[in-house]
Amino acid sequence: MLGTSTVLELRDVARRFPGRSAGAPPFTAVRNLSFHVGEGEFVSVVGPSGCGKSTLLNLIAGLDRPSEGTVYLHGAEVTGPNSSVGFMLQKDLLLPWRTVLHNVEFGLEARDMPAAERRERALAELKRCRLTEFADRYPYQISGGQRQRAALARTLAISPDVVLLDEPFSALDAQTKLVLQKSFAETIAGSNLTTLLITHDLSEAVAMSDRILVMSDGPGRIVEEIDVGLPDRDNPIARVSRPRASEIVKHLFDALHLGERADA
Amino acid sequence: MTTVDTAMSKPADRTAALQRPALAPSGGGLWRRSYGAPLASIAVAVVVLIAWQYLPPMLGVPKYIIPRVSDLCLEMVRLWNHENLLRHFISTASMSVLGFVLGGLLGAVFGYALGLLPTWEKVLSPYILALQIAPKVAFAPLFILWFGYNAWPKLIVTILVVFFPILVNVLQAMRIMDRDLVNLARAYNMSKTKIFIKVMLPFSMPNLLAGLRIGATLAVIGITVGELVGGEIGLGYLISFGQGQANTAMVFDAIGLLTVIGIVMYWAVTAVESRVLHYLPKAAGAPPAKP
Ligand SMILES: Nc1ncnc2c1ncn2[C@@H]1O[C@H](COP(=O)(O)OP(=O)(O)OP(=O)(O)O)[C@@H](O)[C@H]1O
Ligand SMILES: [Mg+2]
Repeated sequence: MLGTSTVLELRDVARRFPGRSAGAPPFTAVRNLSFHVGEGEFVSVVGPSGCGKSTLLNLIAGLDRPSEGTVYLHGAEVTGPNSSVGFMLQKDLLLPWRTVLHNVEFGLEARDMPAAERRERALAELKRCRLTEFADRYPYQISGGQRQRAALARTLAISPDVVLLDEPFSALDAQTKLVLQKSFAETIAGSNLTTLLITHDLSEAVAMSDRILVMSDGPGRIVEEIDVGLPDRDNPIARVSRPRASEIVKHLFDALHLGERADA
Repeated sequence: MTTVDTAMSKPADRTAALQRPALAPSGGGLWRRSYGAPLASIAVAVVVLIAWQYLPPMLGVPKYIIPRVSDLCLEMVRLWNHENLLRHFISTASMSVLGFVLGGLLGAVFGYALGLLPTWEKVLSPYILALQIAPKVAFAPLFILWFGYNAWPKLIVTILVVFFPILVNVLQAMRIMDRDLVNLARAYNMSKTKIFIKVMLPFSMPNLLAGLRIGATLAVIGITVGELVGGEIGLGYLISFGQGQANTAMVFDAIGLLTVIGIVMYWAVTAVESRVLHYLPKAAGAPPAKP
C-alpha cells in the first residue's frame, strides 16, 4: 500500500433492486461490502459475471445510492456524482458527433472554465496519451485501442483523484490490450491516482494492481483480499512474467472456483 | 397507411447507419457507377417522355384521358398567362413550407418533452398511436366547417400530417438513447440542461432529420388536400378546377408542380441532413461526396 490516507471507503454497503414483478421480493445485488482504498493505491475487483461489480462502481461514482450503508470519498458521504472522480467503461462512450479533441473536452464542459483553458488541457491530455495526431478525427476514424485511449484522456482531463475503470480493456484484442495496459499503468503511476479497476481478466488484475478484491455472487460480497506485493507497477508486462504473478493467478483461479463452474 | 410505416421504420435504419463501419469503396466500379447511374436515369426519362407523346395517340387514347407531353407544355404556358399560375404555385409552396416548419417544430418539441417525461408518454401513447393511424387529411372538411374558407384549415391539416412522423422519430431516439452516455455526462456532474443539449439533442439528430425528411413530402400532401377540399387558390384548387372543366392537362400540370415542390423540400432537408450528420461514416455504396 502506497498511500497513508484513505481516499475511498465503503461501510457495510448493500444495494437492492425492486423485484422483477410486482409483489416479488427485492433482488439483492450486493451486500455487506466494506473495504477502503488508500491514496495512490491501485485496487482491482474480480468476480463472476453478475456478482455486482458494475453496481459497486455506480455506487462509488454517485450514479446510484446504496440501499444500506455508506460510501465515503475523502471522508465525506457520497450522495451524487463528484467531479473529482473519473469514470470509464468497457464501451469507450465517445460522442460520435465530436472530434477526439472535443470528446476529451467533454468532461471539462461541466465546469465554468474559459474555452481556451479547456482546449489547452485537452491538448495536453491528448499529448500524454499520444493521440495528438488524431485530435481532429471523428471516433469512427480511429481504431478501438485509440478510442479507448481517447476515453482515458477524457477521463484524466478533468484531473480526477480517483479513477473508476469498468473492464476498460475487455473489448480489445490481446495485443492491443497488452499495449494499452502498459500505457494506462504508466499514465496512472505518473499521476499518483487512486484507481479501482474492475476486470474479468485475472492476469490483468495481477499485472496492474497493488491489491485484489475477490467477489462472489448471490448476492455479491467480498470473499477474499489479496496483496499483490510485486514491484514494477508501471510495467505490467514485466510483472506478469514473475513467478509470484502466476502463483497469484492460480490462487485467484481456485478462489473463483473457475474449474468447477459450467456457466459463464 | 404506408406513410406511417415509413415513419416507424426510419429510425431503425438511421441507427443502423450509425453503427455501420465505413467500408472502403471497391476499386474502379464506383467511378463507372457514379456517372452511369444519372445518365441511365436521364435516358429513362427521355424514353418515357417520348413514349408518352406518341404511344397514347397510336393506341387511340383520346387527349382528355391522357394528354400528350406537348399538350402539357402548352397548357402550362396558358396557365402562366391566363390563370395566374405563379400566384397559385407560390401560395402552395409557401403554405407547404410554413406547415412543414410549424409541424416540425411542434413535433420535435412534443417528442423531446414526452421523451423526457416517460410517465406522460405512457399515459398519452395510446392516443398518440390512434391519432397517428387516423387519416389526418380526412379532418380537412371538419376544419373548414370550424374555421371557414381561409388558410387555416389547410395549414392545420399540414401541421397535423407533419407533426406525427417527427414526434414518433424523436420519441424513438429518446427511447433508444444510450443510458451509459447519459450516465457518463451525469458522472461528470453535468446539469440536466447541459446533458440535454450536449448529449440527447445530438444523439437524436439522425432520427429528427429522418422524421423531417418524411414530413417534407407529407407537407405537400396536407396542403393539397386542404386546397382540394375548399378554397380558391393553390395548385390543389387548380386540380379540382381542372377536373370540373374536364381539363386533364391542367390536372397533370398541377400534379407535376406539386411533385416539384415536394422534391425541392425533400432535397433541402437531405442537404441539411448531410451537413449535420457529416460525422457518420459514409454507408457503403453511397455516392461519393462532390468535390
Ligand atoms: N437496474 C437494475 N435493476 C434490477 N437488477 C439489476 C439492475 N442493475 C443490475 N441488476 C442486477 O444486479 C446484478 C449485478 O449486476 P452488475 O451489472 O453489477 O454485474 P457485474 O458484476 O458488473 O457483471 P458483469 O461482470 O457481467 O459486468 C445482476 O444480477 C443484475 O441483473
Ligand atoms: Mg459489469
